[in-house]
Amino acid sequence: MMSSIKIKIKIKSKIVFAAVLLLLSVSVLAAGGGDFKQVNINVHDKSALQRGAVLFVNNCLSCHAASYMRYSRLGEDLGLSEDQVRETFLPANAKIGDTMTVSMTDDEATVWFGNKAPDLSVVGRSKGANWLNAYLTSFYQDENGEWNNTVFPDVVMPHVFWEQQGIQKAIFKNEEDAHGYSHKVFSHFETVSEGSQSAEEYQSTIHDLVTYLIYMGEPARIQRESMGIWVLLFLAMFTLVAYMLKVEYWKDIH
Amino acid sequence: MAKPASNLKKHGLELFNWFDKRLPISDFWEAHLAGYYAPKNFNFWYFFGSLAMLILVMQIVTGIFLTMHYKPSAEEAFASVEYIMRDVQWGWLIRYMHTTGASLFFVVIYLHMFRGLMYGSYRKPRELVWIFGMLIYVLLMAEAFLGYILPWGQMSYWGAQVIVSLFGAIPKFGGLLTEWIRGDFFIADATLNRFFALHVIAVPLMLLMLVVLHLSALHQVGSNNPDGIEIKDKKGADGIPLDGIPFHPYYTVKDIFGVGVFLFIFAFIIFFSPELGGLFLEHDNFVPADPMVTPIHIKPVWYFTPYYAILRAIPDKLAGVMVMFSAIVMLFLLPWLDRSPVKSIRYKGWINKTLMIMFAVAFIRLGMLGMAEGTIAETYESRFWTFIYFAFFGLLWFFSKYEKTKPVPERVTK
Repeated sequence: MMSSIKIKIKIKSKIVFAAVLLLLSVSVLAAGGGDFKQVNINVHDKSALQRGAVLFVNNCLSCHAASYMRYSRLGEDLGLSEDQVRETFLPANAKIGDTMTVSMTDDEATVWFGNKAPDLSVVGRSKGANWLNAYLTSFYQDENGEWNNTVFPDVVMPHVFWEQQGIQKAIFKNEEDAHGYSHKVFSHFETVSEGSQSAEEYQSTIHDLVTYLIYMGEPARIQRESMGIWVLLFLAMFTLVAYMLKVEYWKDIH
Repeated sequence: MAKPASNLKKHGLELFNWFDKRLPISDFWEAHLAGYYAPKNFNFWYFFGSLAMLILVMQIVTGIFLTMHYKPSAEEAFASVEYIMRDVQWGWLIRYMHTTGASLFFVVIYLHMFRGLMYGSYRKPRELVWIFGMLIYVLLMAEAFLGYILPWGQMSYWGAQVIVSLFGAIPKFGGLLTEWIRGDFFIADATLNRFFALHVIAVPLMLLMLVVLHLSALHQVGSNNPDGIEIKDKKGADGIPLDGIPFHPYYTVKDIFGVGVFLFIFAFIIFFSPELGGLFLEHDNFVPADPMVTPIHIKPVWYFTPYYAILRAIPDKLAGVMVMFSAIVMLFLLPWLDRSPVKSIRYKGWINKTLMIMFAVAFIRLGMLGMAEGTIAETYESRFWTFIYFAFFGLLWFFSKYEKTKPVPERVTK
C-alpha cells in the first residue's frame, strides 16, 4: 500500500516539476532578449573586479554616475584598504562614504551630447551581462566618420575604448523578410585600424568591465551566493530530520 | 535538583490555568488542532494550505521591515529600494524574501486551488470555504498589483498605467473613475502614495480577516480528501470519524516536512536566482520610472499573464475587460456548476478528466502567451485557449451531471 502511494506522489511531483521547468524555460527565453553571445560572469573573481573597477572609474565615471554605489563598499567587497581606495578611486574632496557621482549635470550633458548620461548603478541588472558585452564590443565608425553601434543604433555615446580596440566598420547586407520586404541587416565587422590591444585582449578588458558592472548592480550578490550554500545545507538537514519525525509519528496510522 | 524543576512545572501549570480560565486557550487548541479530525489520506496536494499561511506571515513580517526604510514618494522610491539593497543591514535578504515570497505565494495558491478543483473541495457543504478562498485570491491579486508599483521602476509605472486604464473602458464614468483611482491625470506621486497605503494596511487587513473566515468555515464542515468522501458519515462509538486523525500531531509534523521542502526551494531562489531569469523580478524594473519613455514590451508579472493573454485576445477594449473579469467570476460559480454525484476526479469518467486537463493546459498556455510579445499567431492561439478556458465551465456543467461515474468506496483509500 505504502509503495503505491509513494509512486503516486512521485508521478504527481513529476507533473509539478515539469510545469515548473516549462515556466523556467519560458523565462530563460524571455530573458535572452536577442541572440547576444553568452558571457559567464564570476563576481567572486576579485582581480577581475579590481581591474573592472579601475576601467569603470577611469573611463565611465567622467560622464555616467553610479549614485547608489559607495566608494567604501567598493573597498570592502574588492578587498582593498581605505588608503588604496583613496589613492586609486576617490576624487579630490570626496569622502570614503560618498557615492559615485559626477560633476557633469544633466543639463550640461544634454547640451554637449544631446542626451543625459544614464546612471549606471543598476545597469547590470536592467541590461544583463550579454547585452553589455555585446554593446561594448559593437562600436563602429560609419561613412561620415561618426561613432555608431550595431547593438544600440544611433547611440550618442562615443566609442570610449577606441584606442584599445581600434576602429572597425560595420558591413550590412540586405535580407528579405517573410512578407517580401527588404531590410538592411548587420552582417559583420571589418577592421579599419588596429588598436593597442589584440581582439582577445580587448574582449578580456570588456569582460572585466562587465563583471564589475554586474557586481555594482547588486553588491550583495557576493554575500548571498557564498552564504546560500550554508543555508541550503541547513535546510536539507532540517528537512531530513522533519521527514524522520513525520515517519516516526505516522507509524501509528495505517 | 529535581525539586526546583517540579516546582517550576507546578507554577507554570498554575499560571497557564489562570489564563485558561479567562481565555479559551485550551478550547481553541482542542477545536482547531488536537481535536480537529482530518482525513488520514491527504496526499502531496494538501501541503499548500499550510504553506500559503506560512508565506502570508512571512510577507507581513518582511513587509514591516521594508516599510521601515522604503519611501513612498515618486522622487525617492527607486533610490530607497536601492538603499535597502545596499546600505540596510540584511536589507537585500528581507527584500528578496518579500519579492520571492510574492511569486511563490501565487505558485502555492494556484496549486492549492487546483487541488480543490481536482477533488471537488468546493462542493456542498464547502461552498463558503471556496468562496472565501476565491475572495482571498482576488485580494491577493490586488495586493500583488499594488505592491508591484512600489519600486517605481519602468514596469511598475507602465504596468500600473495599463491596469488602471482598464477601468477607463467603462462607458461614461471610465475617465472620471481612472482619475479618481490615480488621484492625478496620470500615474504619479499621489498614485504611489495611495497604493502604498492600500498595500500595507487596507488589503492585508482584509486578507487576514478572510483567512480567519476561510479556516472557520473549513473547520465547521471539516476537510475534504482525495477520495471526496465525507469522513463524518462514518464515526466510531467515541464519535470520532473512523478515517480521521487529529490534525496535531499528525498533520503538524507532516506539514513541517512540507515547510522544509518549500523553504529549500525558496532559499535556492533567494540566494542563487532572485530574479529567476526576469520572471520574479523583471529586468526593465531596474530602470527608474520615466513617464516620457514607454517600454517597447509592457507585460505583467507571470502570475497575471493568463488573464493578460485573455485581455489581449479580445479585439474590443470593453469586451476584453469584461471577458477577463468573467474568467475570474466563473471560478466563483464552480460549486454550482459541478453537478456530479461524486466529488473527486478519481471517480469521475474520462470526459470530465479530459476537461480538467484541458482547463489546466489552457491556463498554463495562456500564461505563457501572456508573457510573449503578442504576434498575430499568438493572438489567434490565445483566442483558442480563451475559448477552451470558458468552454470548460459549460461542459463541466453538462458532463458532470450526465457522465457515468465510478462507484465511490465506503471508506477512504490508502
